[in-house]
Amino acid sequence: MMNQILIAGFGGQGVLFAGKFLAYKGLIEGKQVSWLPSYGPEMRGGTANCSVIVGDEPIGSPIVNAPNTLIAMNLPSLQKYENAVVPGGLILVDSTLIAEKVSRTDVRVCYVPATKLANDSGFSTLANMILIGKLLKESEDMRFDHTEDALKKVIPARKMNLLDVNLKALETGYNFAE
Amino acid sequence: MSEKVLMKGNEAIAEAAIRAGCRHYFGYPITPQTEVAAYMAKRMPKIGGCFLQAESEIAAINMVYGVAGAGKRVMTSSSSPGISLKSEGLSYLAGSDLPAFVVNVQRGGPGLGGIQPSQSDYFQATKGGGHGDYKMIVLAPASVQEMASLTIKGFDLADKYRMTAMILADGTMGQMMEPVELGDVEVKEYDKSWAVTGTKCRRAHNIVNSLSLVPEELEQLNFARYERYKAVEENEVMYESYLMDDAEICVVAFGISARVSKNAINEARKNGIKVGMIRPITLWPFPKAPLLAAAEHCLTFLSVEMNMGQMIEDIELAIRCKRPVQLVNRVGGMIPSPEQVLQAIEEADKGGKAS
Repeated sequence: MMNQILIAGFGGQGVLFAGKFLAYKGLIEGKQVSWLPSYGPEMRGGTANCSVIVGDEPIGSPIVNAPNTLIAMNLPSLQKYENAVVPGGLILVDSTLIAEKVSRTDVRVCYVPATKLANDSGFSTLANMILIGKLLKESEDMRFDHTEDALKKVIPARKMNLLDVNLKALETGYNFAE
Repeated sequence: MSEKVLMKGNEAIAEAAIRAGCRHYFGYPITPQTEVAAYMAKRMPKIGGCFLQAESEIAAINMVYGVAGAGKRVMTSSSSPGISLKSEGLSYLAGSDLPAFVVNVQRGGPGLGGIQPSQSDYFQATKGGGHGDYKMIVLAPASVQEMASLTIKGFDLADKYRMTAMILADGTMGQMMEPVELGDVEVKEYDKSWAVTGTKCRRAHNIVNSLSLVPEELEQLNFARYERYKAVEENEVMYESYLMDDAEICVVAFGISARVSKNAINEARKNGIKVGMIRPITLWPFPKAPLLAAAEHCLTFLSVEMNMGQMIEDIELAIRCKRPVQLVNRVGGMIPSPEQVLQAIEEADKGGKAS
């Protein structure tokens, strides 16, 4: 099983961080992993995305052209990548920021008002981790485990006081019912 | 066994260099290799090393020349346009027979080009770049683990043969993160009795210089250098052979192109196409012998590279044009997709059966 995940949104939404979390979680679970960011003249407010592959086989290309899972955190990202998702794949949409619905009928879609949930819960910058929490719930080959270990690997030491809110954000997404 | 950590390719190069005993880094920032310099800036002051951001690429490579002349392990890193600027220095390093380690995380060109991944500096790295008859050992990693291991290897080869070893990577290899295991490195000692370290009035002066005005002597220096290059060609070729035993089609690719090709080869194998890959790990010395041997049973060769067709010439020479070699490429910062490579494999398969 190869889980090819594409996370896309604005710079500053924590797209790369969310990807790193999934990669580290996979590594801790003994999977093969790769993480590849888009890079360029990008800045806060511009577009950002990252390719994450988690699987049992050695990974060839680290570039995700045909994701099984797309996390779209803004409208341009949904429009750009919706059609790239493989049939039967999963699309997670931050429905606070994206009013449009996914037009495809051959994929599974979860609308999560992640930005609103984050604001209401007092961790306004963690919509990314709410969506990841929902992914852990919906994905067939991921579980809600090793989350704390993985977070400890990706949160810089000087910001470790944010461990608890990250965990809460993951739980908020995991427990969210549409 | 040490723990596996996730690292960017650029960071893995920097950490591996430090473990290989490099305490001198000179550079100038350029995307997509800036993490090498950033890592060195953070680490070098803490371990008694020297990180220096030079005023230009030209200054940086000449600082490398100075430390190499003093017999210490030293490196610089850059991306394509920056390597062009350093090329004069690379020629001087070669002319002075100094060991140095240089990293090129390529981006699209020519000129300032773009900042997305490319492999279009193949000619520059393997055929010269700077002036004069010289070679560099050119290493092409295809994983973050290899970014680390080939860095360590590069320092050893540079010292062993008194020449420049270059990592030829690309933006993808530099930016991607993969698990990497960085154990302790045994830093080998090489004879550096030629180094300019101060005589303390106890020996004759050592002279490190690339100027030689007597043609007879300069000719002999070139002959002697090429004797060493011959030894490199005989002893240091590295390549990976993938599913080649029964292959009728041989893909040749390095770095990120080899990663993409592997996906395509696995897919083609599922459809019963006998295809394999020879992945050069050293681009110079080029794996000529295994390619020539493959030409015995492979009807077609595919050169997958992110340039307008550079390595393809070395493949044709290696197999002495016994078989057709097709170019499969993207340029300008674009990366071939597995589907593009698969399509080329399928066409080669049909063509082979028709003939």
